[in-house]
Amino acid sequence: MTTTTITLNGRKVQAEVPSRTSLADFIREHAGLTGTHLGCEHGICGACTIEMDGEIARSCITLAVACDGASVRTIEGFDDDPLMARLRKAFTEEHALQCGYCTPGMLIAARDLIHRGAARTLSDIRVAMSGNLCRCTGYAGIIAAVKRVLDEESAKGALNAQAGVDGAARLGPVGTHALNGAYDGIIAAGIPRKQTSSG
Amino acid sequence: MKPGAFEYHRPSTMAEAAAILSSDQDAKIIAGGQTLGPMLNLRLAQPPLLVDITRIPEGKAVTDTANSVTYGACISHANIEDGRVPDPTGGFLRRVARGIAYRAVRTRGTIGGSLAHADPAADWISALSVLEVEIGILGPSSSRRVPLRQFMRGALSTDLGQGEILASVSVAKPSPRARFGYAKICRKVGGFGEAIGVVRRNPDGKVQIIAGASARPPIVIEDGADFVAGRSLDQIRLSEYLVAQGLEDSPYERAIHTAVIQRALHESWQA
Repeated sequence: MTTTTITLNGRKVQAEVPSRTSLADFIREHAGLTGTHLGCEHGICGACTIEMDGEIARSCITLAVACDGASVRTIEGFDDDPLMARLRKAFTEEHALQCGYCTPGMLIAARDLIHRGAARTLSDIRVAMSGNLCRCTGYAGIIAAVKRVLDEESAKGALNAQAGVDGAARLGPVGTHALNGAYDGIIAAGIPRKQTSSG
Repeated sequence: MKPGAFEYHRPSTMAEAAAILSSDQDAKIIAGGQTLGPMLNLRLAQPPLLVDITRIPEGKAVTDTANSVTYGACISHANIEDGRVPDPTGGFLRRVARGIAYRAVRTRGTIGGSLAHADPAADWISALSVLEVEIGILGPSSSRRVPLRQFMRGALSTDLGQGEILASVSVAKPSPRARFGYAKICRKVGGFGEAIGVVRRNPDGKVQIIAGASARPPIVIEDGADFVAGRSLDQIRLSEYLVAQGLEDSPYERAIHTAVIQRALHESWQA
């Protein structure tokens, strides 16, 4: 077990976790935030998409221990975000969800896309959202909802808000920017046996 | 769908990482974990020990000299996509990075990890084969450099020995007048390529061609004069050559691997 500290939606969460614990399980099991969904658990479906240190990532294929010191925002952490509020409204009005299982990942990926100013056209949106699978909607409503908010943002000249943030301090995988260079030695030594056996 | 148990180390220098790696022959390096993560979850990989190199400063260092740009192994695809690091090709590397998997994967996946895994269907091994690239390798007691084209030996097989780490990737600066094209054919946007084509047109008129994502390392054609005339490609002749070089001999493989090179050639004229 190892002590892992991750700031989740602004709240510091510290837990003793085995090294094999995924960031998604850390969020769901240790912090009790169940808005982050697990679909495929091998990085294909996008349901587990979260934001970490300002960039989106797959929490199912990211080890929690590897993100020690990182700041993570899950769908619950976007309640007060104006851009996310517009996306939620557009998702509702465009029928961009049915069962809702993919929706947290869809919303976080869509918000990142608009925030980075990385799409202009419907085709751009389709390509950029291809990492998030939905088995209900046929995608038409999702693409329309993202396009609606993208057009609103473009009209306001609000795109590219994030360009050039932090420069060289952001090199390398997201989640690894805290504790650069700090040697932690062996910080996790496998999974301890359950405490049911006395031997 | 959860990994088996493993020990996890997070050293602060490459030398320490190499020493820990040498302590167990089944140990694996992990960086962004965008390939190893799924393999751990599916238990296709069950290493007893993982060595996380993402907090090592030199792994994220970038050196820009007159003749080359050297990337630390842990530079992410998104770092290249976003232009946070220099691109000696005037935009070709950024263009390749933008098309790797999905944004939420590119923010953690690394150039070093992609090359060390040596999946023929991954983007960097093919894209970088059209450039002069040297791989910096660090071992427990010494370091060495290997040209990229000798680094990959076969599918999922590289020149890396026991205890060695891919530490850096040096890209020689091509002529600013070189033009590049890149194309891949995937079943689904963001999936691994079934065929990858890379074209480089040099100022002297020489055209280099890379045929990637077959079952083997990228097929390199140093002088494509036999196949290319201006913007057109002799696809039949090229497919004969590729089959002679080891491409699977089926109508489908011939078709996609030549079509994708035609697309790359076309893009090189748009650049």
